Amino acid sequence: MKLTGKQTWTYTKPLYINATGTAVGPEEAAGPLGETYDITFGDLHCGQENWELAERHLMEQAIDACMKNAGKTPDEMDLFLSGDLINQTVIANYTARKNQIPYLGMFGACSTSMETLALASALVDGDFANTVLTAVSSHNATAERQFRYPTEYGGQKPDTATYTVTGAGASIISSNPSPYQIKMATIGRVLDLGITDPFDMGSAMAPAAADTIATHFEDTGRSPGDYDLIVTGDLSAVGSPILLELLREKNYDLSSNHQDCGLLVYRPDQPVFAGGSGCACSAVVTYGHLLKEMKEGKLKRIFVVATGALMNPMMVQQKETIPTIAHGVVIEAADGGGV
Amino acid sequence: MGKNEFSPEQQAYKEKIKPLQPTPPYFVNCLKAFLIGGLICAIGQGITNFYITFFNFTEKTAGNPTVATLILVASLLTGIGVYDKLGQFAGAGSIVPVTGFANAVTSAALEHKSEGLVLGVATNLFKLAGAVIVFGAVAAYIIGMIRYLFQMVL
Repeated sequence: MKLTGKQTWTYTKPLYINATGTAVGPEEAAGPLGETYDITFGDLHCGQENWELAERHLMEQAIDACMKNAGKTPDEMDLFLSGDLINQTVIANYTARKNQIPYLGMFGACSTSMETLALASALVDGDFANTVLTAVSSHNATAERQFRYPTEYGGQKPDTATYTVTGAGASIISSNPSPYQIKMATIGRVLDLGITDPFDMGSAMAPAAADTIATHFEDTGRSPGDYDLIVTGDLSAVGSPILLELLREKNYDLSSNHQDCGLLVYRPDQPVFAGGSGCACSAVVTYGHLLKEMKEGKLKRIFVVATGALMNPMMVQQKETIPTIAHGVVIEAADGGGV
Repeated sequence: MGKNEFSPEQQAYKEKIKPLQPTPPYFVNCLKAFLIGGLICAIGQGITNFYITFFNFTEKTAGNPTVATLILVASLLTGIGVYDKLGQFAGAGSIVPVTGFANAVTSAALEHKSEGLVLGVATNLFKLAGAVIVFGAVAAYIIGMIRYLFQMVL
């Protein structure tokens, strides 16, 4: 049975991340993981005319880098799973128009990175595809326009706000061996603990992450100690302590092996408020830094839990609360797998 | 899960996370707003004095060129990417003066330039500042009527 417990998928085929590609903007390139990205841009425009084109360029560059790293071409892909944060996921749609791979657009807000990875793995496991390309992107300026104010507007943001990561991450999933094996995924349910402040996503999303992590342990019989690292997507400095507290109440102690991509991606002295967020946050940190650590043997088994806030500005203005979700994927260093 | 009705679980969650959340630095924010807001007003006064001293303006008529100058400077600072950083530091101190209004209009214009001059810039120009104009006009009308009534009665 592939369904394990209530919400966890255990893949039966050996599935691997064959290659990844990452492209980021200036603030990320200047961050502590700057060396781990394939492509970096010195300014937010990425040489393009407007912000949306810049984000599309990031996604295309990430995919190109991924193809190059894998030694593959787009016509060797059976399926393209992709998403972003912009209305109707146009960045992914327009990228799919260019690469001509059969396409399923996905939206899970900032959880889209692990949503695409989990589903890509399931589709390869189920023999619906041999090789699947996934990609997600976010851009600080497109997200500001979509969810907040014009980029140059001089409004003051609180310390609980997050800074949307400018970047894109792509990966190729198949059953061809590589150093990174995908073992399981835990699909989250939508939780809403009544947070209404769009400048406090950490507090809104922490319960969703805690729920997915606790459910994963219940479904699999595992405990936090079974993982070298349990990494959340973008809970930031505000949501991370809340996550640890919520899991402590359920008798899971993550204090020694939890990290957050939103805190890994920037240095504390960068002007990013509580930390990074966005689809690209978990994608570029996982596909760049974490897999590199795994290749170097520093990490053996990790659980990447990407968190997403599923509202839009209209819902917030209508005084609705913020629904949130988290999806987790277990990635393991393959035993001698092609290193 | 209707509007503004929170379940006991949601209420409990909000209470629980309160000690884990950073408290906004209210006093420091007020101080910064006071200093920068005051500085902008002092610069405005300087510009007014300049127009009165060097041009043919009186204390009453110098207001218009002063406001125009402040709007020009704020719009330029918005365009070169400085005003949003000032706004993050000063908060209300740089939003409340006329320079904040100029920033709201200019930033919206810049943001929507990619959609063209008519449907982009012109349509969205007052996206943020529109509310200020609406409530400014409504408030002026109400205060004007009250003043008129008082004049009739007294």
